[in-house]
Amino acid sequence: MRTMFFTQAVDDALARAMADDPRIVLFGEDTPLLRRELLVRFGPKRVRGAPISESAFLGAGVAAALAGLRPVVEIYMVDFLGVCMDALLNHAAKVETFSGGKWTAPVVVRAPCGGGYGDGGQHEQSLWGWLAHIPGLTVLVPSTPADAGGLMLAALRHDGPVIFLEHKLLSETWLEFLGSGGRRTVKFDIPEEGAKGPVPKTWEPLPIGKAILRRTGDDMTIVSVGSGIHRAIEAAEALEKEEISAGVMDLRTVSPLDKATICESVAQTGRMLVVDEDYEAFGLSGELSAILLEAGISCRYARVCTQTTIPYSRYLEDRCLPNATGIMEIARQLMRS
Amino acid sequence: MPPDLWSLYALMLKSRLLEEAVAMFWQDGLISGEMHLGTGEEAVIAGVVAHLREGDAMALDHRGTAALVMRGVDPVLLLREMLGRPDGLCGGKGGHMHLFSKEHLSASSGIVGSAGPTAAGFALASQYLRPGTVAVAFFGEGAMNQGMLLESMNLASAWNLPVLFVCKDDGWAITTASKALTGGDLNERARGLGIPASEVDGLDVSAVWEAAGSAVERARSGQGPAFLRARCVHFEGHFLGFQLIRLVRNPFKEMPKISIPLIRSLLRRGGAGLRERLSGMKTVLGAVQSTRRDPRRDRDNDPVRRARMALPSDAARLQELESQVEKEIHDALASALEEVPS
Repeated sequence: MRTMFFTQAVDDALARAMADDPRIVLFGEDTPLLRRELLVRFGPKRVRGAPISESAFLGAGVAAALAGLRPVVEIYMVDFLGVCMDALLNHAAKVETFSGGKWTAPVVVRAPCGGGYGDGGQHEQSLWGWLAHIPGLTVLVPSTPADAGGLMLAALRHDGPVIFLEHKLLSETWLEFLGSGGRRTVKFDIPEEGAKGPVPKTWEPLPIGKAILRRTGDDMTIVSVGSGIHRAIEAAEALEKEEISAGVMDLRTVSPLDKATICESVAQTGRMLVVDEDYEAFGLSGELSAILLEAGISCRYARVCTQTTIPYSRYLEDRCLPNATGIMEIARQLMRS
Repeated sequence: MPPDLWSLYALMLKSRLLEEAVAMFWQDGLISGEMHLGTGEEAVIAGVVAHLREGDAMALDHRGTAALVMRGVDPVLLLREMLGRPDGLCGGKGGHMHLFSKEHLSASSGIVGSAGPTAAGFALASQYLRPGTVAVAFFGEGAMNQGMLLESMNLASAWNLPVLFVCKDDGWAITTASKALTGGDLNERARGLGIPASEVDGLDVSAVWEAAGSAVERARSGQGPAFLRARCVHFEGHFLGFQLIRLVRNPFKEMPKISIPLIRSLLRRGGAGLRERLSGMKTVLGAVQSTRRDPRRDRDNDPVRRARMALPSDAARLQELESQVEKEIHDALASALEEVPS
């Protein structure tokens, strides 16, 4: 067992894959600076910088994948996919169907997501529900260094477009780059277990579409992804003292969802509480309730999600994004209902 | 009519002092997240904004503080906004990248290039609702590679919209040297879309003022958009705390953090041959070297200092002006830090 920081684990697994597969190339804005350790090992032909032209370089990444490369396209923040969504929505996601299943675009889109460090609502969104809405896209949201490396490897071997999201509060490099800028005067509520942790000696791909129960509990199943997992575990541990036994399920993959594992757990506990940093309406939390209804599982249901545009003020932001206090409050209500 | 250097200098100094206070707040941790200052581009902003009047609009990028304070937004409201207070310009909900002033028809965005479509839309509303008014788009040269900006320039040209596209060219696209990622010539791009382009020294406020004056006049009189490219520097790079600038300023502290993992990765088994690896290393060292040699580090490139030196000799008037501006910002700081009224 080794110990790694979150982004260090992603880059380590990526380097492993790049050493094995010369078709993997990396590009995006500032990529030579941000991935300088990969640059000096794999050279500028495989790690290159792109102009601020997301539509062009993401679209090019999709087509390069069609033509035999395995591009990892870096988008500075998931929010900026708004600029270049067409490449994913109308192209990467559609090729397999349009070609009658004969052609796919194995491109990996790597982007930081999430808030909690004061950048405001145009730079701190989650958006995995928005992406998972589109048939043909695989959406991965790891919550620990071990999962991050394993899922990156899985993404690189997957035969279709994959969106790989790194929560900025878990990423030591993004938080330093965008949040603190080298200052010691700012503090963030970093989920320690997710930011640094044990990773396997040799990277193996994790199965896509497989959820994992992080914590067992009899009274309810809290379902979440990314940094929400750590907020949920924090809440579940505190609820234990109030004799509420909450399990925590880490989806790891937003699309495809591991329906069987979700249904099995909720059928046992009879209660589902969704913790989702993404927007509440028309998203992951609603989809999870639909899965249970379709499976004929009768349960009590509640959710703690982001309901509004994320405000800039750190004070307001902490109240807008799901946190342990809010989760506990809703969990207590769920027990009473 | 020659520019009023005294008032231009006052605008620039006010903005500079305000942003120095913002930098201090940021260093002290009173402001979280990123902070993009306009220090170094004051001459570009002042030279353009001085021509604006009631009903004119501004589309700003992630670096909009200077333009707003020069346009007349209360510095207390700007400071309170950055402190995330409910009595800030946008209730503490926008922050420095998302500053909005409906009263001044001014909107900011952290999405690179979006000033293009915003200015085009403001100008379209000008044509219908406020004939004779104009819209200004402020953006960096990195944004000139963003599709939506180029599309907006074409739209403005095709619809003859009263837009002044102002390209604040500091040579850096986020943290990458623009020349490595930009094909052709930016002025020619504008001309290729049928927009007259001019280029000025963005450190010289008089030169900007004159070029902007004829472009704004042209747009007001219904002759369509113009493109103004002004070269400038950003003393703090893309944003405060930028790693390469920290490295150059404090190499002993920052170097080990960067170099140890870098060398370890350079020597790892598996990967490219020696030539490619060295070529990668050369790219990294080149970025450090160009930061070290960067014109940002030369105080002769400070537009505020240059404007001060260009003033007619009148020590008493200068002193009066400077103490007035200093007092205004000092008072704004004190007021911004007052307790939030309950």
